[in-house]
Amino acid sequence: MDVAQLNKISEYEWEIKQTGKMNVPGRIFASQALVEEMGDKVKEQIQNVAQLPGIQKSAMAMPDAHWGYGFPIGGVAAFDPEEEGVICMGGVGYDISCGVRTLKTNLTLEEIQPYLKPLADELFKTVPAGLGVHGKIKLDEKQLDEVLLNGAEWVIEKGYGLEEDLEYTEEKGKMEGADPTKVSYKAKKRQFKEVGTLGSGNHYLEVQYIDEIYNEKIAKMYGLEKNQIVISLHCGSRALGHQIGVDYTKTLTEASQKYNLNLPDKELAAAPINSPEGQDYFAAMKAGVNTALANRQVIGHLARTAFEKIIPNSEVKMFYDISHNTCKEEEHIIGNKKKKLFVHRKGATRAFGPGRKELPKAYMQAGQPVLIGGTMGTSSFILAGTEEGTEKTFGSACHGAGRGMSRKQAKKQFYGENIISNLKQQHKIIVKAHSAAGVAEEAPGAYKNVEEVVNSVHYAGLAKKIIRLKPVINIKG
Amino acid sequence: MYELFEHTADIGIRGFGKSIEESFEETAKAMTSILVDLNTIEPKKTIKITAEANSIEELLFEFLNEILAQIDIEGMIFSEFKITKLKNNKLEAELKGEELKPKKHHTKTQVKAATYSQLKVYQNQNKEWVSQCIVDV
Repeated sequence: MDVAQLNKISEYEWEIKQTGKMNVPGRIFASQALVEEMGDKVKEQIQNVAQLPGIQKSAMAMPDAHWGYGFPIGGVAAFDPEEEGVICMGGVGYDISCGVRTLKTNLTLEEIQPYLKPLADELFKTVPAGLGVHGKIKLDEKQLDEVLLNGAEWVIEKGYGLEEDLEYTEEKGKMEGADPTKVSYKAKKRQFKEVGTLGSGNHYLEVQYIDEIYNEKIAKMYGLEKNQIVISLHCGSRALGHQIGVDYTKTLTEASQKYNLNLPDKELAAAPINSPEGQDYFAAMKAGVNTALANRQVIGHLARTAFEKIIPNSEVKMFYDISHNTCKEEEHIIGNKKKKLFVHRKGATRAFGPGRKELPKAYMQAGQPVLIGGTMGTSSFILAGTEEGTEKTFGSACHGAGRGMSRKQAKKQFYGENIISNLKQQHKIIVKAHSAAGVAEEAPGAYKNVEEVVNSVHYAGLAKKIIRLKPVINIKG
Repeated sequence: MYELFEHTADIGIRGFGKSIEESFEETAKAMTSILVDLNTIEPKKTIKITAEANSIEELLFEFLNEILAQIDIEGMIFSEFKITKLKNNKLEAELKGEELKPKKHHTKTQVKAATYSQLKVYQNQNKEWVSQCIVDV
């Protein structure tokens, strides 16, 4: 994208002027280098989102933004139901509530060394991953409806985790208002054997160590210290979420015609929030969110049992779980007025500052942990939400490094086996993958520079850099 | 004939044929080639599916997503796709394949969904039918 077409607000904030049918301007939060890397499609998609009815403040893009479906990936937009605001399938996507969960251990990098190989083998064996691999939990429709309604809470009742895990999960592990009757039987049928599976593509489970601390005070409040071992995993609502996306693409496309929304791009597939179709999608999407929360709860617990089996006296506790493909009803101040808005985050993480009622008590003063996944060979980050970010972006930040190269190009340029052996020799990272081609697609070189993305979030004031993590084991689907 | 084309985050699939039906069938093969090695699949078992939509493009979207759903529901993978009836944006098709086995079929990347992105069904200069879309992986 050519920065000459944008209004520069600061080194890390750019405005796309409100023109034509746009109801608000666009905002991009990124360094000049990252804006220049973004394709023109990102600008076009922001301009499209800005045309949707009831949108508040601006259509936003995070520093990892790239071309998506309707919304850019890394897109954030909030809508007011009182101003004919819409709920938009393009603002959530096909992997509802995809997100990251991080668990902390009582181990250091030094202590884990003798166990690395058996631990990697055990995790690879214990955590179902890859295409065509089913979970250990087989459910019927009635049981699955419980998952759709009660999320992580239900799987904990069945023995997959500890009650205290819920306190450190967004929505306390369960989004209220989910309605299984708004989810098709086909979507449910696709999920009977999928609960507790990682999937493939960019989904992973990593054992990481804390390599650098940028903010000692908040790190301490988070209970994290240098060289401590943590576990992070990235996955979503699996086939159930995909099918809800497919089903409601049709419903909301028809609704957008019925309500004369004149969408600039069909992929935005939207309906007024206060319409039966909009409400149905919201209730189904919440069921998708609960499925994702249950899924990450089971996988996190499987990782915990693998640690306990291989390393004597190891303790694994929840740190936090956050989703990055969601629509949520939240209170925000617009002008001087408190409003209930429907905030869409597509490939963007919630990043609430201190004092928000949604936060766990332990993090109330520190701000919400923002979990940013890197790539296999590079770093991941933990940031903390800020008051400034809550005001600027409805409390939102980036979600990862963001792809810079197509999968096809990555496969031409990289070989999975070479990447695995390089990571092992140069970085001492054990990669265990179900597909070598999948590793090539996810090669570190196929992504943007995650440090640059995270620095943009930090300097734009959206969230503060707290901790950097480096992988020692990577399990890939 | 089919091909894959570039997209920053995901993959484009495109099928060519003498008829709309054939171009749909080829697009289904393109999608399956992302999931597994097509040559490893034995067409042992047939299942029947239907799809309907408001336009021919949306029918392609429904058809491809129905195949993805059947992969999960039946636990199968398919190598042969035959559209037996296509009329008024409704279709009936037969999918031939076998039980999905990760080792045997060299499983690669899962496709989450076929999408509306670059969703097109058209005739090119050579009078061939072309159908395509981006899939979310």
